[in-house]
Amino acid sequence: MVPLGRRAADKVSAMPAPPQPPRSSSAKLVVLAPYLWLVAFFFVPFLIVLKISLSQTAIAQPPYLPVLDLAAGWQGIKDFVAGLSLENYATLASDDLYFFSYLRSLTVAAVSTVILVLAGFPIAYAMARAPRRWRPVLLMLVVLPFWTSFLIRVYAWINILQRDGLLNQTLSALGLIDQPLTWLATDTAIYIGLVYSYLPFMVLPLYASLEKLDDSLLEAAADLGCPRWKAFWTVTVPLALPGLGAGALLCFIPIVGEFVVPDLLGGSDTTMIGQTLWTEFFANKDWPVASAVAVVLVVLLVGPIAIYQHLQSRGVENR
Amino acid sequence: MRRLSLTNLTALALGLAFLYAPIVILVIYSFNASRLVTVWGGWSIRWYLALLDDSAMIAAALASLGVALASSALATVLGTMAALAMTRLGRFRGRLAFSAMIYAPLVMPEVITGLSLLLLFVAVGLDRGFSTVIIAHTTLTMCFVTVIVQSRLAGFDRSLEEAAMDLGCPPGRTFLTITLPLIMPAVIAGFLLAFSLSLDDLVIASFTTGPGATTLPIRIYSEVRLGVKPEINAICTILIAVVAIAVIAASLIGKSGGQGRTT
Repeated sequence: MVPLGRRAADKVSAMPAPPQPPRSSSAKLVVLAPYLWLVAFFFVPFLIVLKISLSQTAIAQPPYLPVLDLAAGWQGIKDFVAGLSLENYATLASDDLYFFSYLRSLTVAAVSTVILVLAGFPIAYAMARAPRRWRPVLLMLVVLPFWTSFLIRVYAWINILQRDGLLNQTLSALGLIDQPLTWLATDTAIYIGLVYSYLPFMVLPLYASLEKLDDSLLEAAADLGCPRWKAFWTVTVPLALPGLGAGALLCFIPIVGEFVVPDLLGGSDTTMIGQTLWTEFFANKDWPVASAVAVVLVVLLVGPIAIYQHLQSRGVENR
Repeated sequence: MRRLSLTNLTALALGLAFLYAPIVILVIYSFNASRLVTVWGGWSIRWYLALLDDSAMIAAALASLGVALASSALATVLGTMAALAMTRLGRFRGRLAFSAMIYAPLVMPEVITGLSLLLLFVAVGLDRGFSTVIIAHTTLTMCFVTVIVQSRLAGFDRSLEEAAMDLGCPPGRTFLTITLPLIMPAVIAGFLLAFSLSLDDLVIASFTTGPGATTLPIRIYSEVRLGVKPEINAICTILIAVVAIAVIAASLIGKSGGQGRTT
C-alpha cells in the first residue's frame, strides 16, 4: 500500500520525506530494470569516453588496450593512473581548428535559438488563442513534421535551395533576381535547416505554457486600464517563461552538437564541432582525440543540461 | 466564442506553410517523370518502380524496420517501467540520478551518445551489427517513452488504483487491470515515437553499426551526399507516408482518452 498511497506527500513536495525504498520485489524490478539499463548504456559509456580521451593515440588505436584491468588488482589501478595522459587535450588546445569549431557551434546555436524564439512564439501564441476545438488539430499539424524523418526534412531543403532549385526559379520568375543566387553551402542554408528542423521543439513547450494562461488575468489587466501591449509584456511573457526556457534549451543543446544539418546544407570551409568529431572519428580514425572533443563538448553543455533537467522535473511535479 | 485575430491567423498560416512546403514539394517531385530533379516532366511513378530494383535499398529498409521494431518494443517496456518508478514509487534512493539519466539523453548531441556507446561496445568486445544498433536506439528512445508515459501517469486520478488496492487487489494485477488500460494511449504514442525515432536515426546508427549492417538512413545519407536523385525523393515519400499514417492512427486511438504530451 505504501508506494502507491503517497499522493499527499507528493503534493507537499517542499516537506522533506524520509527515503523510502520500494518494498515489494515487483516494485524493485520496475526501478532496477530501466535504472541498470541506463547506467550500463548511458553512464558507463561516458566514463569510457573520459578514459579513452586520456589515452595516448598509439595505444588507443582501435582495437585499443583494455580500459581497466581490475583482475590485476592494485598494480592494475596504478598502471591505469600512470597511463593517463593529457596529450589529446593538448592537441585540442594547440590547434585553432578545434577552438573555432566550438566557438562557431555555440554561435550558430545561439543565433538559431534566438530566431527560433522569434518564429516560434507567434505560432505558439496563435495556437493558444485559437478556438478550443481547433487546438488539437493545430497541435497535430505542428507535431506531424517532427515525427517525419529529420534526414528527409533536411534533404527536402536541398531540393529547394540548390542552384537551379525552386527558390531561385521562383525568385527569377518574380523578377527579383537576374542571376541564380547561391543558397546551398552557405550559413543562410544552415540557419534555414536548423530553424526548420527544431521549430516544433520550440513551439510545443511554449504552447504548453501559453495554453494554461488564464484569460481573466488579461481581462483584469484591461479593466484596470493596462494597455494591451503592456499586459502582453507584464502578464503573458512572464507566464510563458518556463515554456520559453524549456524550448530554448531543447533547441540550443542539440544544435551545438548538430551534425546532419551543417554537413548537408553548410559549406566545407567552416565546420561545427559535431562535424569535427565525426571527421576525427570516421576519417582520421583518431578515437582518443574524438573522445577528448566529446568530453569538452559535454563540459560546455553540462550547465544548460542541468538547467533543462531542473525545469523538466519541476514541470512534472507541478502538474 | 473567441475569434482569431488577423495577426494570429497570419502567424499560423505562415508557420504551417513553412513547416509543410518543403515536404509537399518533395512529395510532388517524387512523381516527376523527368530525371532532372528541377525540371517538371509530368506525373509518373517510374522512380517508385525503380526502387523495386534497388535491392540494396530494400535490404536497408527491411533492416531498419527490424531494428526499429525491436528497439521500440524494448524501449516501450523499459520506458514505461521508468515512468512508473518516477511517478508511483515516491522518493527512493538514487531518484535524482535516475531522473538525470532520463532527461539527459533527450538533449544530448547524438555524436556524443553514438561515440560513447561505440567505445563501450568495443571495450566489452561485443560484435558490432544490428544488435548493437538496437541497444543504442533502445537507450535513446526509452527516455522519450518515459517522458510521454510519465506525463500521462501524473495526470490521472490515483483513487482508482487506491480503491483496487484497498479491496485487496495485488499490485501486479492492479497495474494490469487498472493502470495499464488508462495509460495505454500514452504507451502507444511512446511506442510510435520510439519507432519513428529509430527509423530516422543516422548519427547514432553510423557510430554503433558494424561492417555490412546498413540501415536505411545510412543508405539514404550516402546517396544524398552525392546530390538530389529522384529515387531518393520516392523512398522519402514512402517513409513520410508510413509515419504520417501511423501518427494519425495513433491519435485516433488516443482520442478516447486524450493524448500524452510529447515534451
